[in-house]
Amino acid sequence: MDNTNLKNEFSTTYKYGFSDDLKPVFSSPKGLNEQVVTSISKLKGEPDWMLKRRLEGFRSFVNKPLPNWGPDLSKIDFDQMSYYNKPSENQFSSWEEVPQKMKNTFEKLGIPEAERKFLAGVSSQYDSEVIYHSLKKQLEEKGVIFLDMDSGLRDYESIVKKYFGTVVPANDNKFASLNTACWSGGSFVYVPEGVSVDIPIQAYFRINAKNSGQFERTLIIADKNSFVHYVEGCSAPIYSTDSLHAAVVEIIALSGSRVRYTTIQNWSNDVYNLVTKRSKAYSNSTVEWIDGNIGSKVTQKYPCIMLMESGARGEVISVALAGKGQHQDAGAKIYHLATNTSSSIISKSISLDGGKTTYRGLVNVLPNATNVKSNVECDALILDDISSSDTIPYMNIANEDVSMSHEASVSKLDDEKLFYLQSRGFSEQQARQMLVQGFIEPFTKNLPMEYAVELNRLVELEMEGSVG
Amino acid sequence: MHPLLEIKNLKASIDSKPILTGVDLTVNQGEIHAIMGPNGSGKSTLSRVIMGDPKYKIDEGEIYFKGQLINDIPVDARAKLGLFLSFQYPMEIPGVSLSNFLRTAYNSTRPKEQALSVFKFDELLKEKLSILNMSQDFASRYLNDGFSGGEKKRCEIAQMAVLNPILSILDETDSGLDVDALKVVAEGAYTLSKSTNMSLLLITHYQRILRYIKPDFVHVFIGGKIVKSAREELAFELENKGYAQYMPKTNSKLKLTQV
Repeated sequence: MDNTNLKNEFSTTYKYGFSDDLKPVFSSPKGLNEQVVTSISKLKGEPDWMLKRRLEGFRSFVNKPLPNWGPDLSKIDFDQMSYYNKPSENQFSSWEEVPQKMKNTFEKLGIPEAERKFLAGVSSQYDSEVIYHSLKKQLEEKGVIFLDMDSGLRDYESIVKKYFGTVVPANDNKFASLNTACWSGGSFVYVPEGVSVDIPIQAYFRINAKNSGQFERTLIIADKNSFVHYVEGCSAPIYSTDSLHAAVVEIIALSGSRVRYTTIQNWSNDVYNLVTKRSKAYSNSTVEWIDGNIGSKVTQKYPCIMLMESGARGEVISVALAGKGQHQDAGAKIYHLATNTSSSIISKSISLDGGKTTYRGLVNVLPNATNVKSNVECDALILDDISSSDTIPYMNIANEDVSMSHEASVSKLDDEKLFYLQSRGFSEQQARQMLVQGFIEPFTKNLPMEYAVELNRLVELEMEGSVG
Repeated sequence: MHPLLEIKNLKASIDSKPILTGVDLTVNQGEIHAIMGPNGSGKSTLSRVIMGDPKYKIDEGEIYFKGQLINDIPVDARAKLGLFLSFQYPMEIPGVSLSNFLRTAYNSTRPKEQALSVFKFDELLKEKLSILNMSQDFASRYLNDGFSGGEKKRCEIAQMAVLNPILSILDETDSGLDVDALKVVAEGAYTLSKSTNMSLLLITHYQRILRYIKPDFVHVFIGGKIVKSAREELAFELENKGYAQYMPKTNSKLKLTQV
């Protein structure tokens, strides 16, 4: 990769730190109460059961204290946020209908080209609403549903009602409750029995209104023996005041299916990213979370897999990169609830410029879950003396018929390796970047190619100026 | 015309401990020099100081390469001038494929217009791998990761063949190789030297690599400096008599180990 070009291409400031002056059509007043929750639901014309669900979430949100076991969240001012923004009245079924101003924003994010080359469908969230949505014909022909969540609720209410909140209940945790109360946007995916979606389904999310909370709600149902790979990439402009991103993702993998969910999170460094991702994997199904966290001020995210029935398999592969002022508190949770289930967690973290990473993971094996296999590997790389990393692995193993392995390492960049690479003509910075890219390769190799390239570029960008 | 490499009264230390105590050495284009000495004599340090390892501090003296004083220039700048070091213990770099690594190195040590595409480069790499009897699978394997000792050494020479330097320092390239691998590696380096007029600086404890690479000069390296230089016959004398005659009395038991 040509670094000189890259340096010119990216300034030292945040790569996607631009915003346009598009005014949201509707913005709810600041702060949250039952009235605001009710008006969000009414405005969307939702069925009563969803309003009830939202109010249930709201009450739980109010009653639950802030979690106190992780990063400091006390600076979040819930009263200063607006909880619903709608940038324009309509969705667009074709690219031509999308306003030029929004197109410009997508252009900077590289979406149009990405779509031409790789996308099966695009669902780009602009503020709190999906504004642009396309779905290739072959998906429709296969009966795959890929909609924004609001449209999913409108067009496929019975499916949504059957599964919504069954993996992450309204009273699950403070931020999942908040999401339940005021969710907007996100994706609804249903893959029919026996259908395999060959190309990754992709969605882009973006915060674009000052102080706007983002509460996407994504629900993915993979019917028996189906396969789908869902890719979510995030990018946000810089604002000086803190923003909150509290998404919920629920995945239901029915027997024999396989779901892979890939995220590259790159919020600007003033965002609290507090996400609940959870899945239920039924007999002989596989769920894979591929989770990359680069941006945000604070991230708390522990993708979870509940192995419900025999033969279910779960895998979480994650990368966290924490730079100046960032704390990435991420990991994974696996519940072995049935016999013959297996799981694997691979976590890689990098801290630099005073950043902090925490691996926080849980493997829980129930008493009746015999013949269980689990493998946990977490590696932390610390690039300088002012950065730090913690590893907090929990294991609750309630029976003896379990094969469990756990490896953890903390390392610095090896001077001898740097010298070796430099002796071949790499500058010190290139050598450092190459070692870091090699370190996260077990993650990167699982990404669609353009994401792998973008991730490596983002890592290079983060590391610029951190040398010497 | 400058000598290719000219080292004058070079003194270097690590953590204030002196290792090189006044090295003088001149290598001209196309020449092959062998530096032979017992363990701990500082010969590996010499190779690292020439390449610019920041662990070592130059206390005195000069290193000129192609007439340019390189004492203070970064490691990668030396590589770009055409210096190459084959490591005694090549590092394992998991996650970085040999082909990706070496293509980036190749392109960054050359002007833009000579940069090779992925496809063209892979052709080049595969050709060089086959010269060293290495399977083409190595191109996509992580650099040195899980390679045997011999594979690592062969990989070093394959890298050298691809990067095509002007002066290569082979630091104990012969150690850890069986006879067949030694022959492949040494002949590979020798052929490249002769066909491209590349100079070689062989750092070795043993004489056996000199069966395949005929040096123009042999230097005996003891106590951080060259104590005797001569044409190649010296190597055979060393094989027979050992280093003892050049050593301080207290170390007189040390002999050149026979292989």
